Amino acid sequence: MELDLSRPILEKNDALAAENRARLAAAGVYVVDLMASPGAGKTSTILATIAALRDRYRIAVIEGDIASKVDAEKVKAHGIPAVQINTGGACHLESRMISRALDALPLDDLDLIIIENVGNLVCPTEFDLGENAKVMILSVPEGDDKPLKYPRIFAISQAVILNKYDTLSVFDFDERAFRSAVAKLNGAAPIFTIAATKGDGVDAWAEWLGARIEAAR
Amino acid sequence: MHEMGIMAEVLESTLAAASDAGATRVNSIRLTIGELTGIVPDALEFAFEALSLGTIAEGGALEITVVPASSRCLTCGEEFSHDAYDRRCTACGSFLCEVLGGDELVISGADVDVPDPDPGPDPK
Ligand SMILES: Nc1nc2c(ncn2[C@@H]2O[C@H](COP(=O)(O)OP(=O)(O)O)[C@@H](O)[C@H]2O)c(=O)[nH]1
Ligand SMILES: [Mg+2]
Ligand SMILES: [Zn+2]
Ligand SMILES: [Zn+2]
Repeated sequence: MELDLSRPILEKNDALAAENRARLAAAGVYVVDLMASPGAGKTSTILATIAALRDRYRIAVIEGDIASKVDAEKVKAHGIPAVQINTGGACHLESRMISRALDALPLDDLDLIIIENVGNLVCPTEFDLGENAKVMILSVPEGDDKPLKYPRIFAISQAVILNKYDTLSVFDFDERAFRSAVAKLNGAAPIFTIAATKGDGVDAWAEWLGARIEAAR
Repeated sequence: MHEMGIMAEVLESTLAAASDAGATRVNSIRLTIGELTGIVPDALEFAFEALSLGTIAEGGALEITVVPASSRCLTCGEEFSHDAYDRRCTACGSFLCEVLGGDELVISGADVDVPDPDPGPDPK
């Protein structure tokens, strides 16, 4: 007998993501999901973003990691609420994990939640978390050819951050080739060049984010 | 390896539907996967074999239809096919396009065995 199913494989994840989105919209909280390889500078970018925006907005962080809570500790050390999610081996966050993390945050007292996804350039692109924007961070040492190897993450991101821009002269990173490859995938996404640990270029990124936080309030 | 997670969802959903239908065996599961998802069919196959062990889908077949990528240009209206690396409109070069095909991650259906309803004890 033939069963006609025609249902999305990630149906449950998508339904819970929609619930998260409705809950966050009701509380007026803007959520950005940062995706990158391990070591690209997600935590450093989060700390730099907090430094740039903490005077204007109430911020919290959800840290996704396979194990450990070092990133959440780093954020908390700056006096910012942080929830650590350990995925227990899973290589990406899912909407169910975010839903539980939201339970632990005072949503009505927040303007911005930054999610640090698990270091991975593939899976996080398939999982809607209920965020407002997915933003990918590439770091200069990873090379300018990454849009050719991982096209989807560039195609679905609302903005691209090129981090460790201070190391440009050390690596043979062809910025023009990189920009042209990203434009073929996603001409709408701005590319912010930053050095998260030094604060260079963070203002333009913070301004882009700030405009979106305002619109969501 | 996110094909494992994807296949876990496929099996959970399909086995639940099969059980609702009173099935005792799943002969095949049909999936529709878009080319832009980056899902590797061989990895899905591997995950299916591993995860179906001990279920009524064990030994069954996985039939995967890969949907090629295509988009509609929001500037000029052109509908065009493309690859995963260049999504710009082939007519006007605009990048404001909506994907028509290639993003699918869908369980299309399954072929299952449902035993005939039990006729009850033989009336003698
Ligand atoms: N030179 C340089 N190093 C950076 C920059 N951003 C991050 N790093 C370093 O890269 C390493 C990984 O950064 P981290 O933020 O932990 O990456 P994550 O794994 O993506 O969260 C750390 O040693 C950082 O100090 C940057 O802009 N320039
Ligand atoms: Mg980190
Ligand atoms: Zn994954
Ligand atoms: Zn066009």
